[in-house]
Amino acid sequence: MVQLSLPKNSRVQSGKHWPAPAGAKTVRSFKIYRYDPETGMNPRWDTYDVDVEACGPMVLDALLYIKNTIDPTLAFRRSCREGVCGSCAMNIGGRNTLACTHGHGEVPGKAVQISPLPHVPVVKDLIPDLTLFYAQYASVEPWLHTTTPEPQKEWRQSPEDREKLDGLYECILCACCSTSCPSYWWNGEKYLGPAALLHAYRWLIDSRDEATGDRLDDLEDPFKLYRCHTIMNCAQVCPKGLNPAKAIASIKKMLVERVV
Amino acid sequence: MTETSRGLPERPLSPHLQVWRWHITMACSILHRASLFALYIGVLLLAGWALSLASGPDHYACYTGLLGSLIGKLLLFGITVAVFYNVGYIVRQSFWDLGKGFNPKTADMTGLAVIAFAIVAAAVTWIIAAATGAI
Repeated sequence: MVQLSLPKNSRVQSGKHWPAPAGAKTVRSFKIYRYDPETGMNPRWDTYDVDVEACGPMVLDALLYIKNTIDPTLAFRRSCREGVCGSCAMNIGGRNTLACTHGHGEVPGKAVQISPLPHVPVVKDLIPDLTLFYAQYASVEPWLHTTTPEPQKEWRQSPEDREKLDGLYECILCACCSTSCPSYWWNGEKYLGPAALLHAYRWLIDSRDEATGDRLDDLEDPFKLYRCHTIMNCAQVCPKGLNPAKAIASIKKMLVERVV
Repeated sequence: MTETSRGLPERPLSPHLQVWRWHITMACSILHRASLFALYIGVLLLAGWALSLASGPDHYACYTGLLGSLIGKLLLFGITVAVFYNVGYIVRQSFWDLGKGFNPKTADMTGLAVIAFAIVAAAVTWIIAAATGAI
């Protein structure tokens, strides 16, 4: 259902301001979404004035700087700090991206505004509950389905067929794309979303997979696939430069082609 | 979500439209929805026109008088833009159906092109209409 405004318990109120220490040279404000389930209060925007010369260039550096030197209660996920794990996906300056690969200098505007991935339940601060997202990924059965007897060694694939997986297998499941999609915002329970569909396509065009028909049957549904209206937010924000919109269009094409 | 059973409050929904910095493609998509809505209104106006035509010269004169007023003309011009926006958007979608034009930069450009086409084509239509004395 389309609900443009936030529910009552989710409206973000103004919060604390943490001024920069005296003597800070280059100060930039970081406006950060805070939510603490223990207090029972609504989420709030806290503003931290950070001496950006004292911290590293990436948004994640700034977040770690805030956590280490200003406010240790700030909660966020992070792990690899090099765009491989997908843990630190969040909304930065109005766009979903990875905090570790996005420079705070690249964020337009006066303050760097940071909130959790959009339109998902918030566990705490910048930590989203991605249960539904993972369940949808699992629902496309992202593994090789075969019926023929297993070969002696590996399932073989020509270099040309392997190339078809480029631009798909690199997905790190950070959820930037799915949570950027207005269709997913309004119909997230029924529409699989860009990430799950990109993975669905990755298995559909795998030359070794033998369940193409079943996979297509499963997707032939008014909601699971066809809620994609090519709004393109997914491809605009993917921090790995992948194109879920194109993968979804390719699935639609496969569904048409098997009828014709 | 199971947290509620532990006595914690229901999780808030993270901000979405409230924080999102719009992409051109996103604006084009919502404009397409808006233009479809405008077309519905256009069809209703057309039906009203046919009704007024059927119910006699007085009604017809009154109806065309309303449409010929400044507000009526603005509305009709808006609908003309919507018609051409739809035509352009369908061409854009046809390329998508062929699997082409999915690069975000390309999609931004084709989106802007459709907007420009709609405005120019509607303006040209009205200029021709004015030149031929139709309005």
